[in-house]
Order: sequence, then C-alpha cells, then structure tokens
Amino acid sequence: MTQLILYNVFNGLIIGAFYALMALGLSLILNLSGVINFAHGGFLAIGAYLAFFLIPFIGFWGALVVAPVLTAVFGLIIERLLIRPLYGRDPLYSLLLTFGLAFMFEDGTRFIWGPQTLPFSIPQWLSSPLSGQYFFLTGYRLFMVALVSLAVIVLFVVLGRTRLGMRIRAGTLDLETVSVLGVNVRILRSLNFGLGIYMAGLAGVLAAGMLGLQPTIGSELIMPSFVAIIIGGLGSLPGTLVGGLLIGVASGVTTVFFPSASEAVIYVMMGLVLLVRPRGLFGEEGRF
Amino acid sequence: MDKRTQDYGKYAGAIVIWLLLLSMPLWINQVGGYTQLGTRVVVMALAAMALNFLLGYTGVLSFGHAAYFGLGVYGAGLTIKFLLPSTFAGMAVGVLTALVAAAVIGILIVHLRGIYFAMVTIAFGQVFYFIAFRWNNVTGGDDGLSNWGRLPIDFGLAKLDIQHSPVMFYYFVLFFFAVSVAIMAALLRSPFGRTLLAIRENERRTRFLGVPVDRHIYLSWLISCTFVGLAGTLYGLLNNFADPHDLHWSQSGDFVIMAVLGGMRSFWGPLIGAAIFVVLQDYVSTMTQNWMSFIGLFFVLVVLFFPRGVLGILRRKAAS
Repeated sequence: MTQLILYNVFNGLIIGAFYALMALGLSLILNLSGVINFAHGGFLAIGAYLAFFLIPFIGFWGALVVAPVLTAVFGLIIERLLIRPLYGRDPLYSLLLTFGLAFMFEDGTRFIWGPQTLPFSIPQWLSSPLSGQYFFLTGYRLFMVALVSLAVIVLFVVLGRTRLGMRIRAGTLDLETVSVLGVNVRILRSLNFGLGIYMAGLAGVLAAGMLGLQPTIGSELIMPSFVAIIIGGLGSLPGTLVGGLLIGVASGVTTVFFPSASEAVIYVMMGLVLLVRPRGLFGEEGRF
Repeated sequence: MDKRTQDYGKYAGAIVIWLLLLSMPLWINQVGGYTQLGTRVVVMALAAMALNFLLGYTGVLSFGHAAYFGLGVYGAGLTIKFLLPSTFAGMAVGVLTALVAAAVIGILIVHLRGIYFAMVTIAFGQVFYFIAFRWNNVTGGDDGLSNWGRLPIDFGLAKLDIQHSPVMFYYFVLFFFAVSVAIMAALLRSPFGRTLLAIRENERRTRFLGVPVDRHIYLSWLISCTFVGLAGTLYGLLNNFADPHDLHWSQSGDFVIMAVLGGMRSFWGPLIGAAIFVVLQDYVSTMTQNWMSFIGLFFVLVVLFFPRGVLGILRRKAAS
C-alpha cells in the first residue's frame, strides 16, 4: 500500500511537472500580452513530433536541444503573422484564433504522422529502473524531474536577474509605462511569446518520452494547465508552479482511492480555491 | 440613415427570417439539404443566441457553455431512458439540470471578469465532460448514451408524432425556439436588458449609478445557461443520442464562433452564424477526413477578416 501511494505521488509529481512547465509558458504569455493561448498544447505536440523526426538524425540529446528551439521559432512566426494584429483588441479574438490554431496543429500532426501512438526512443540507460523495490524510479523519470527543475530555475533567474526579465516583469504590471520608457514593446512581446513556446516545446519532448507520442498529447495537457494557473493565481508565476505540482499530486493520490475521479478532482480543487480565495493561492488582490 | 428607416429595416429583416424558418421544410430538400439539418441549424442557433445574451449583450466572455448544453442533452437522455419515458419530462429535467449547475458555478465565478472569467468557465466546463466520460455504467462513457429517444406527445385531443415525422419535430423545435427568442428579446428591451447593455459599455460607471452589477451578471448568466440547456435537450431529442463531445470545450468554441461569425452586436447574428457553421461543418465532414483543420482554419479566417460578423459588416455598409 505504501508503495502504491508512493508510486502515485511520484507519478503525480511528474505529471504535475509537465502541467507546471506548460502552465508557466501559458502564464508568461497571458500576463504580458493578455492572450489565452489555446494553441499551447498544439505547440507542445509540434515540439514532440519535431523531436521524433529529428532523433534518427541527431539522436535524443540533439533533439532535446534542437526541437524546442525550432518550436519556439515556429511560435515566433505565428505570433508575428497572426497574433500580433490582435493585441489590444477584445481578448475574445485571440482566444478564438488560438482555438482554431489548436485544431489545425492537432489535425496537422495527425495528417503527417498518423493517428497511432508512435514509439519514442529514449536512451537505453535512462529507461531501466534504478531500484528493485521502487520499480517506478526509472532514470528517465528522475532525469525529467531534474530537467524540469533546471528549466524552472533558469526561467526564474532570467526573469529575476536579467534586463529582459526585468522588462517582462515590469510589462506585466504596466506595459504602457514600459513602452514610454523606451523599450520596444513589440520585440518584448515576441521574445516573451517565444520563451513561452520554448517551454511548451521542451515539455513536448519530455512528455513524448513518457506518455507516448500521439496527436492528442497536447489537448490532454492544456486543460489541467489552465486549472494550475487559476489555482496558483493569475499573474503569479510561482503560484503557477505550485498549482501545477499540487494538481498533479492530487490527481495521482486520487488514482489510488477513486481512479475514475482522477481527472475531475482537480476541477473540484479549483472550485474550492475560487470559493475561499477567488484570486488564487498566490494571486494579487484586484489584478483580475 | 435616420431612425425610422432603420426600424423598418429591422422589421423587414425579422419578417424575412421568420418566413424562411417557417417554410424551411418546403425548400430545404430543393437546395440540397435535409430536414434534420434545418432542425440542427435552429437548435444551434438557439444555443448561440442564448450565449450571445451573455457574450454580446452583457459583455461577459463565457467560453464554457457546452457544459450546460451537454447537461441538457444528458439530463433529457437519462430521464427518458431510466426515469420516465416522456419527452416533456426529459426536457424539463434537462433544463433544470443546466439551471442548477449554472446557479452553483455562477456563485463561484460571478465576481471574475474578462480573461479570468473566460479561463474559469473553460476549465469548469470540463468537469461535466469527465463525469460523462468516466461514469460508464450510467452515462455510457465514451460511447455515449444511446437506446433512448423522443416520444410522441399525446395531448388527448391530438397526437403529435414527433418521433417518426422529421417535419413535425422541426416545428416542435421551432416552437421552443420562437418562445425562447421572444423571451430573450423582451428581456433585452426591458429596463433589465438596458442595464445589461450599460454594464457592457461601462461597468464602473454603471456601478456608480447604484446598479448591483454582480447580481445582474449572475441573472444574465442564469438566463443564458438555461436557454443553452433547453437547446441541449432539443439537440439530444434530435439525435436520439447523447455524445460526451456535446460537453467538450471544443463545442463551447463552436458556439462562440457562431455568435462572432454572425455578428455579436446584433440579435439575429448568431442565427446566421449558426446556419453558416452547421451547413459548412456538415459539408466538410462528408468531404474530408481532415475536417478539424478546415474548422480551425475557418476560425482563424473569421477572426482575421470578419471580426464584426456578417450582420456587423452589412450594418456598416448600410450606415456608410
């Protein structure tokens, strides 16, 4: 029993790490540009399939580096062509546009690579269990937790310590003033969007190695990411991180006791948080 | 254009729309459609117009209306299948289920605004999807709820055979459409409806005038969700089937695009949007496997080129 609970808590933490990685990217874009990026799951799927395509040529490690970067470049193109004209308009329009993009990305990957689950090869030495008793502690899972932690730490260092990060943080508070002070807001928004999409791409490569690669991989992860943002509090990146891990563990633990509610439980949590604390756990009062 | 000709234009438009709706079974086969397609247009139009009550007239961005639509479908289906084999009982329970769910969730979200409101409604919509998806032995899970359907209605004097006659069922649906639309139009013309418009235009100023804004938004939300629930029950009766996809967030997106495509700022806009969308979806899904890409592309094109919708463009042309 202990082992079963431990297994599911650990599993939940890993899933939660995905949610967090994806939700952090969503949050970045939402906070600075006011765009709910419905296509985020689509970008994640594109990252995963790009890695699948690249592995035969440059191996797993090469794909892990290159695929997210290519995804981010693709994201920058989409941002420049389609999303930039919608900044400052009713958020309804960017929501609908990214909604349509999500459909197109999912169907596009299905059209190119087919609807079946594809084998995604990770290095042999990573996929074997490390300990006989705790069979679920494979190298790949530990590696994934480490990499996600690293990505999150780098993100927070970039936001906290660099000039770009400072501008992004300032922009989420008052974009107009930042613009008046001489920062090119267009470029700032693009870079921020690219950063968010990079994280989606990275999450995609890692998720493909664990959950298996299929076209719906992104649309299954997007809703929990929304929930993570709402629970953590809109506008707060640490909140998003905590929210992601929290719902991951919660749905993992629920799997032990009441498997058919493992998806619904996170929405119940969201309802409770909204009832007790409408701005979310770490949200600032009065921002939304 | 002065006020009077504008009014005449409105009346003429409404008359043309009603004539087309009333005569639908007569001409739809000639233009390559079928009666059930016409019924689907009317049902979807009711849902889109109900959504637009909130979206276009109150200015609240709800992206989770499929939940209340689907609750209508499942409420009707489960009632007819397990409780009471009666069309009206199924409809009553379906609408009531949607209303109760909206009342509970509405309490949690009524203070939220803008994109926050949109996100929370999207996320909450998924609860019911997962319940329908996972609760296999009651809802049929992924396969949907089948083996139930609309039943003839016996009024004593006359019997309305909506079960076997698609045309009869079309008029049955059109009756509920007409009543709902009349109620919504009357509400929008009342002081309550004018207050909703004021909230849409300037919430802060309306609040300063002493209007309890949250209460108005809550009521508007309830009205909108109830009529969407009614549309859901009719949709279930049309298909004699409940599909978990009716509850899915992609269905919510369909409703929003119908409203935007037709024109959010006009009363009849969502009807036109629903007609275009339903017919297009019907056509594309028979033509190609990749209908998702086409619908997605359609969303993108509407946002980029028709953000005001069909009626918005027509009105602008008429004004210039």
